[in-house]
Amino acid sequence: MKTVKLEETAVEIDASSVYYRDLNDEINMAVNEGAKHLIIRNVNGQRYIGAGLQGDDIRIDIHGVPGNDMAVFMDGPTIEVFDNAQDGVGNTMNAGNVYVHGHAGDVCGYGMRGGRLYVLGDVGYRVGIHMKAYKEKTPILIVGGTAGHFLGEYMAGGIIVLLGMERRPGQPVAGDYLGTGMHGGTIFVRGEVDSRRVGKEVGIEKPDDAEYKMLKKELSEFAGVFHLNYDDIVSVPFVKLYPKTHRPYGPLYNARWYWQRGG
Amino acid sequence: MLFKKPQIQYYPYIVQRDDYRCVRCLGCVEQCSYDATFYDEELDMLWNKHEACVGCKRCEAMCPTDALKIIPNPSRPYEHQSWKWDLVMDAYLQANTGSIIITGIGNDKPYRVSFDHLLLDACQVTNPSIDPLREPMELRTFLGRKVQKIELAEAEGGNITLKTRLAPQLQLETPIMFSAMSYGAINLNFQESMARAAVRLGTYWNTGEGGLHKRLYPYVNSGIVQVASGRFGVSRDYLKVAAAAEIKIGQGAKPGIGGHLPGEKVNPDIAETRMIPPGSDAISPAPHHDIYSIEDLRQLIYAIKETTRYEKPVFVKIAAVHNVAAIASGIARAGADVIVIDGFRGGTGAAPKSVRDHIGIPVEVAIAAVDRRLRAEGIRNEVSIVATGGIRSSADVIKIIALGADAIYIATAAMLAVGCTLCQTCNTGRCAWGITTNDPRLARRQNPDIASEQLYNLVRGWSHEMKEMLGAMGINSIESLKGNRLRLRSIGLTEKESEILGVLPAGE
Repeated sequence: MKTVKLEETAVEIDASSVYYRDLNDEINMAVNEGAKHLIIRNVNGQRYIGAGLQGDDIRIDIHGVPGNDMAVFMDGPTIEVFDNAQDGVGNTMNAGNVYVHGHAGDVCGYGMRGGRLYVLGDVGYRVGIHMKAYKEKTPILIVGGTAGHFLGEYMAGGIIVLLGMERRPGQPVAGDYLGTGMHGGTIFVRGEVDSRRVGKEVGIEKPDDAEYKMLKKELSEFAGVFHLNYDDIVSVPFVKLYPKTHRPYGPLYNARWYWQRGG
Repeated sequence: MLFKKPQIQYYPYIVQRDDYRCVRCLGCVEQCSYDATFYDEELDMLWNKHEACVGCKRCEAMCPTDALKIIPNPSRPYEHQSWKWDLVMDAYLQANTGSIIITGIGNDKPYRVSFDHLLLDACQVTNPSIDPLREPMELRTFLGRKVQKIELAEAEGGNITLKTRLAPQLQLETPIMFSAMSYGAINLNFQESMARAAVRLGTYWNTGEGGLHKRLYPYVNSGIVQVASGRFGVSRDYLKVAAAAEIKIGQGAKPGIGGHLPGEKVNPDIAETRMIPPGSDAISPAPHHDIYSIEDLRQLIYAIKETTRYEKPVFVKIAAVHNVAAIASGIARAGADVIVIDGFRGGTGAAPKSVRDHIGIPVEVAIAAVDRRLRAEGIRNEVSIVATGGIRSSADVIKIIALGADAIYIATAAMLAVGCTLCQTCNTGRCAWGITTNDPRLARRQNPDIASEQLYNLVRGWSHEMKEMLGAMGINSIESLKGNRLRLRSIGLTEKESEILGVLPAGE
């Protein structure tokens, strides 16, 4: 491993052939010593980069493909990946930003509570499941391409935006079971969504003006990060997927006492 | 006349009131949280709606003149040997509601309890027993991965130092911990009571999957934080401040089933602790959707280890199921420091009755099988085993440790220590003892000053008894009892059952 100090608070780490634990030790050490900008080159599948890292002013640039669970439990930093990312990006993330310039794998944004996760390309299965919102925190996940099955499953809060850009003809924007078990949060899909792919707990309608305003703000940031043409993105109308109820499974259960007392 | 379904009349309990003793203090009306008692001012009479009584005995306990007795309803239909009364009642309930029957506490069915068929050894003549009152007796237990061998180095000046890097360990002064019960399922007063008792006893308590309330931060050094599929309240700080983290895969009361705290119980305080909006359902799906294999489990274990910089042991809790030994072997290889095995008698705040009563295996059998398997594979030292779910007394603790556990968790016993009468209505959120409720009026019934004392007493009593039993066996450290099946004999078990437990029949 080669670590070069570029300036007072910037370091460059060469991660080629480095074991993930050593790489993460190096990252943590650099951050503890005051580094604010870390450029990591030749990343090749090392897991847990940015795990539990804290600090809004920390920025990590990743060149190469980071391994699973990047930014897991992360709380504040910004990670930009200039390639594809693997599974579990932003798992249970609390705050911060993750920008992936390529595709990302399965279960990205699991239980994410805050922060932003932007993926320029496609994402795999079970992305954004169990996303939450908490007080002023609203996690935002924007996917430029398409998503696999179970996008937003058990979603409890936050916002997922699925753009489905650069699709092959006939390729669906999302897989099956979209929003299954959803009981909070909102999913916006650019263009149309096939209602047979959508979970039975989910309603489909047009976004209102306030939601369009919010969407436009987020999408202009998304366009800015990836240098996209913002007008192209918003040239197509969106649909909104929302949970029909916050208590999807309420009436399914009964106890002896409720019934006996006549309730 | 109001319409009433006819079967409602077949209620299970009768409130028997001795009007001669009753002084009309109305304490029972105040105490009953199930609307089973009311006062008629005109007649100056207290009445009971027997059909609403759950048999929690709160009114009976609180009646100052001993005027109340809760008795089983003697009116029963024909005592059918196959159609037990609870099955009949369940059929009535489902015919009228079409819903899943939910219940609380653990499996109450009369499956054989192996603990009651195991006998302990004692010393006579040839090797002396030990008197724990006057001789040192050690219950101290360390949980965590143990190394195969240690390497020492000699520093300058002849000092010997340890070269091997040891894995993080939890130090327990008694091998009894308080099991995971989440804030939401139980109230904060009871959770605080366990936390305080754990600190005083030198052992650990567990947050459950509902996050860590800020009021409990002072006790966090003795706290194990849980990470379940809903990831409620799980953050970097949550993992970093606690003594250890526990990944909950399964629970003995409801193996294969997730958790579900209904939205109406998610008050602002619980919402803040769980880090979700108030009033929304807190659903923990059955699986962790990022865990579909041992490799995926390893990924979460190491995500937690990376986040805590390898300073804290990581527990993995599973329900005792048929292939528990093979699963435990996988978990050990996935990098867990401690495996928690929860037997099918473990309690719950709410579970489908069908699941609670019919899924899983007993913890005694599971622990014996896991211990043997890990020994056979030569990896027993790499994990500690914690047994939970159905441990009822100090003798059970001694027996399960002799079967191969390192330590145990108690939960139902802890609830009994603060008043629980096993009425099995935890799921209603109306607990009259103030344990499994977040109604502020009811939650006040648990006073952390008193309840923590009760919990402390229980574990202290058990620990003393364990020392007595160890002394009788001539063992002066709980460490020497671990997996020591020669100190056990079975009675009334089949040959196969004894073989699975690894114990000889009495007399052999």
